[in-house]
Amino acid sequence: MKPEPKSLYDKLWESHLVTPETEQSPAVFYIDLHLIHEVTSPQAFDVLRERGLQVACPDRTVGTIDHSSPTLPKNADGSIPYTNDSARSQVEKLEANCKEFGIELNGWQSENRGIVHVIGPELGHTQPGKTIVCGDSHTSTHGAFGALAFGIGTTEVGHVLATQCILQRKSKSLSITVDGNLQQGVSAKDLVLAIIQKIGIGGGTGHVIEFRGNTIEALSMDERMTVCNMAIEAGARAGMIAPDATTFEWLKNRKHAPKGEAWEQAVADWRTLKSDEGASFDKYFELNADEIKPMVTYGTNPAMGVAIDENVPNADQKALDYMGMSAGQDMIGTKIDVSFIGSCTNSRLSDLEDAAKILKGRKVASHVRMLIVPGSQVIKKQAEALGLDKIFIGAGAEWRESGCSMCIAMYGDIVGAGQVAISTSNRNFEGRQGKGARTILASPLTAAASAVSGEIADPREYLNA
Amino acid sequence: MPKSYTKFTSKTLILPQKDIDTDQIIPARFLTATTKEGFGEKAFYDWRYDEQGNHKDSVLNKPETKAKKIIVAGHNFGCGSSREHAPWALTDYGFRAVISTEIADIFKSNALKNGLLPIIVSKKTHQKLIAHEQELTIDLEAQAITCADGENIPFDVEPFAKICLLEGIDQLGYLLSKQDKIKKYEASVA
Repeated sequence: MKPEPKSLYDKLWESHLVTPETEQSPAVFYIDLHLIHEVTSPQAFDVLRERGLQVACPDRTVGTIDHSSPTLPKNADGSIPYTNDSARSQVEKLEANCKEFGIELNGWQSENRGIVHVIGPELGHTQPGKTIVCGDSHTSTHGAFGALAFGIGTTEVGHVLATQCILQRKSKSLSITVDGNLQQGVSAKDLVLAIIQKIGIGGGTGHVIEFRGNTIEALSMDERMTVCNMAIEAGARAGMIAPDATTFEWLKNRKHAPKGEAWEQAVADWRTLKSDEGASFDKYFELNADEIKPMVTYGTNPAMGVAIDENVPNADQKALDYMGMSAGQDMIGTKIDVSFIGSCTNSRLSDLEDAAKILKGRKVASHVRMLIVPGSQVIKKQAEALGLDKIFIGAGAEWRESGCSMCIAMYGDIVGAGQVAISTSNRNFEGRQGKGARTILASPLTAAASAVSGEIADPREYLNA
Repeated sequence: MPKSYTKFTSKTLILPQKDIDTDQIIPARFLTATTKEGFGEKAFYDWRYDEQGNHKDSVLNKPETKAKKIIVAGHNFGCGSSREHAPWALTDYGFRAVISTEIADIFKSNALKNGLLPIIVSKKTHQKLIAHEQELTIDLEAQAITCADGENIPFDVEPFAKICLLEGIDQLGYLLSKQDKIKKYEASVA
């Protein structure tokens, strides 16, 4: 008898079962890599101390500071410009916890510091076939490498610290197939915003998404990370893409990637990590990439999106009131106050290069504040080596140290009440970028074109101009 | 350690909006705290307070709401960020159950670990419950909601989480009891 065809998710699920799930109890599920940051870990470390427990696998645990860490450079005296004492105390707590429990921390002294979902892959910790968790919903990002990666709460952060396992039930599966070619000026961000707009903000709830099809296969790793990053914005437990030559090429020689013979063996194993022909999924969705245009959101969740040349739909009135939008209004020409390029969705080198394509030789409109925040210190250096910082600063944008910055607005980088921000981040919820802030999600190309124009602008008009 | 989850009766609080995300439940700027306590004051902060920190006209500011232990919310409650501060804020405010037609995965998992029971009901039941505030009895052991008119509404709950809630035990103890199996697994894949 031929073995039952399995999906990529089936394979990773089965290979990480310490004990299988039964009707009465969930599976004990093994975690290969645990990423931690300052915001969702302190209470978990307290539990370890209360119970006299150690971290089970410090070598499978990697820390960084990103959410509460300021993006301004250090003060002249070398001190960190925290906006308040509680942010300082939170970062210092992570430093102390990592020291106490023997965990590698990419902290202030590290050149590898950055947004947790940017540095995991960059350092080669993220690899195909791994199970990866973090107390952060955008952990789905790592699925771009054919890993099974998902966000967990702080109680589960404690479980993983103490046992390297969590209790899980298997999710349903959703196959999203995208075929065709993304047109010029249309990026991975537009693709994923289009998917979320079509399947809805709860369209993936209870499911692990596998993105497939020739459009997905043609994406770079940066682009795949953008797509998987936002799987959670459709409510999905995880998003994943089967690893291929693009993945292996990107990972080769990364700091923590296998080397030499171990690399060859790893690649041979990773090649088996794909859904078998005939594998079945609980749900299917298909999309033609040729039809996708640059996307922008008009409302207060990521599914409230439209093509940039469309009008604001007659939708949720509460959302339109919050956004100060009217049904029927053109999206193009909507005045903006802030343009933000950054976040775990769009802060990688190719995102910055996209922004620079538009900003080169142009100026940010005088009424617009533009903030460009690289995803990691490594990306910052790479961008500066290419002279991108000079293009950004020359255009009138602010160029910062790495961090989550204005995506989560936990400290100084905040959008003012009533202000409209076009943002390459992932959430346009009410108040996400500051109390009363109005967020329009878009790609780096669109955010840069809009910064120059001072109002929402179609990047396609800037690319060949 | 969590308290055991006992049968209770309470009036409902209706939050009819769809897709109430965890940024609404607890805004990110309050997440620099490093303990679990005190988030109730900040629950739904931007719905309750204006720029100057004065009370807005919100049902969440009414004294009688403090006595309500059950939220009946619009579809897809708790979407967005994985912050466990959201259930910490809701339980600290006084809530013990959230009823909706859909509840986001990570929020649901977090809620179950904090004595906040997420209950998914059918559209038809939801229409009845969201129509007006009413007194409900929630019996986790029997997996049933009893309405004031006597109607009994059964609901599903993950069996393991149910035991943990009823007995007031957390899941870490169970995981720690599996350490031999975990070591065996590690040896098998090394």
